[in-house]
Amino acid sequence: MSIKKLLYKSIVGRPLRTFALLFICIIMSGVMFGGAVLSVSLKNGINSLEQRLGADIIVVPKSAGEKVELENILLQGTPGYFYMDKSVRDELERTDGVDKLSAQYFLVSANAECCTVQVQIIGFDDETDFTVKPWLREAYSGSLEQNEIIVGSGLSTKVGHSLKLYGVECKAVGKLESTGTGLDTAIYASSDTVRGLIKAAEGKGISVLSKQSPDDVISSVYIKVKDGYDIDEVAANINLGMDGVQAVRTKSMITGTADKLSVFSASITVLIAAVCVLSAAIMLIIFTALAGERKGEFALLRVIGFSRARLCRQVLNEAFVICICGALLGIGIASAVVFPFGSLIENKAALPMLTPDLVSVLGYALLAIAAVVVTGPIASVYSAFRLSRIDTGRILREGDR
Amino acid sequence: MQITAHNISKSYRRGKGIQGSVQVISDIDLSIESGKVYVIYGRSGSGKSTLLNILSGILSPSSGEVCYDGSDIYSINDRELSLLRCKEVGYIPQLHTAVGTLTVRENVLLPSAVIGEGKDISKADKLLEQLGLQQLCDVRANVLSGGELRRLSIARALINSPSVIFADEPTNDLDEETSHLVFEHLRKAADSGAAAVIVTHELFGRDKADVLLQMRQGKLIREKG
Repeated sequence: MSIKKLLYKSIVGRPLRTFALLFICIIMSGVMFGGAVLSVSLKNGINSLEQRLGADIIVVPKSAGEKVELENILLQGTPGYFYMDKSVRDELERTDGVDKLSAQYFLVSANAECCTVQVQIIGFDDETDFTVKPWLREAYSGSLEQNEIIVGSGLSTKVGHSLKLYGVECKAVGKLESTGTGLDTAIYASSDTVRGLIKAAEGKGISVLSKQSPDDVISSVYIKVKDGYDIDEVAANINLGMDGVQAVRTKSMITGTADKLSVFSASITVLIAAVCVLSAAIMLIIFTALAGERKGEFALLRVIGFSRARLCRQVLNEAFVICICGALLGIGIASAVVFPFGSLIENKAALPMLTPDLVSVLGYALLAIAAVVVTGPIASVYSAFRLSRIDTGRILREGDR
Repeated sequence: MQITAHNISKSYRRGKGIQGSVQVISDIDLSIESGKVYVIYGRSGSGKSTLLNILSGILSPSSGEVCYDGSDIYSINDRELSLLRCKEVGYIPQLHTAVGTLTVRENVLLPSAVIGEGKDISKADKLLEQLGLQQLCDVRANVLSGGELRRLSIARALINSPSVIFADEPTNDLDEETSHLVFEHLRKAADSGAAAVIVTHELFGRDKADVLLQMRQGKLIREKG
């Protein structure tokens, strides 16, 4: 028999109390940890999205569809394609205020070996590109040759392996880090490769172009506006001056997502705060109620030689052990929900998600554990103090009155 | 060990909003010697339990001093007094005789665990056997009957071989057979060198005392021994 055993038996021997406290701790740590990870993942997602855009204006054919669909294709990698005459690029180059511009080509694979779903193929002009290459360099430093591709992190293809796209063997020379967006399931290639694939698709009887040759089309033009020029004004001038195209400010594409994110983050913050306050209040009530119920036991412990300090420690240690177990369980449960179901949450919330690195995740876990472990013993301090000051003789003689 | 009480008094404040205080015991002198059974009897509310609690170190007197081998126990700090209580005092309470989440054996071993031992299982089992509780060693204490709990508290009071055993109404609500058993064990403890101080409002046990004291209106009157 030891004092540690008394602690253990006191925890195990009161299953209802222990379960109630564990439940509160699980909820508190789970919401704190899960909420923080979710919130930061979404923030990381939108930051990554912002970084990847790199351009001020995107010009696409007017027929490219509604803004939401366009956003999905350009930002989320939802498979889709559209084309316009490549002369648009030359015309845009002459537009006042345009600093840099680069064209891209979109294509959707039909039945790629590697994937069960269709994937977006994005072709960029190696010479002029300033939007894709900066972050593509993280995965591959060289220049993409004909039929070489870089795959998103969401695809199972490994570097060095090949994918058959419209009958063409394309070699994966790099794999990108996760972005938390739908672009993780896209394939990147040079514009020549994509043009070759369009031709190959036609060879397979899949016509993505009506009359034009793949050499005469582009899907979009990314524009960087010169310093001192108003981006909105440049976009408006393009929309007014050019037929059949639409110029969209990239920031406006993110604004909706960012607004959604701030509402989501605020909701999570309010939820965490409410759960913390409520948990602390419930813990205080449970410990106070228990203090009344356990007067007899503590009077007995006092009479057999427990000092007041030791009685206090007994209550605080019980609270500490339950809280730490509850906090760890809460983090475990939250991890089991947030990490495996991240993409589901991403789809439901329609927000990009990028999980923070392991060190940050561990940091959030430690913070959640610390919050619970501090709250529990603080909530039990009053009952610990009360129990250590009980009138031992009276309770042993008269009961808990 | 020699326990002496000099001129001890205890008064309580009345309830909230009521002026004045109640004098429970006043100017009591008592000397407790090893090897003797002391029985203090008196009517309910006469101050017997208050005196017992003061002598055992769990309730400080309003005035006077309680000395164990010449040292005033209420002049030392709570930690030292608690340790003294654990090593030198065995206490058999009237109520709350066991920790319900522990087994009978663990309850008996609890006082030795306080001083960092708690490993003398054979001693605990021997005590439980003597008190007829050997079959219930591994049973949780919260399922025991009143008589079994009282016997358990005797075993616990004896585990650290204390110098003095204080028993508050140890035969209250017990049948005659169990009451005899309780006194028998307290006598055995006294015979082995401890002092036993028993407080009771019943007639039972007065004839078993070496020293019989009556508590009347806060005063202690020696009747025998």
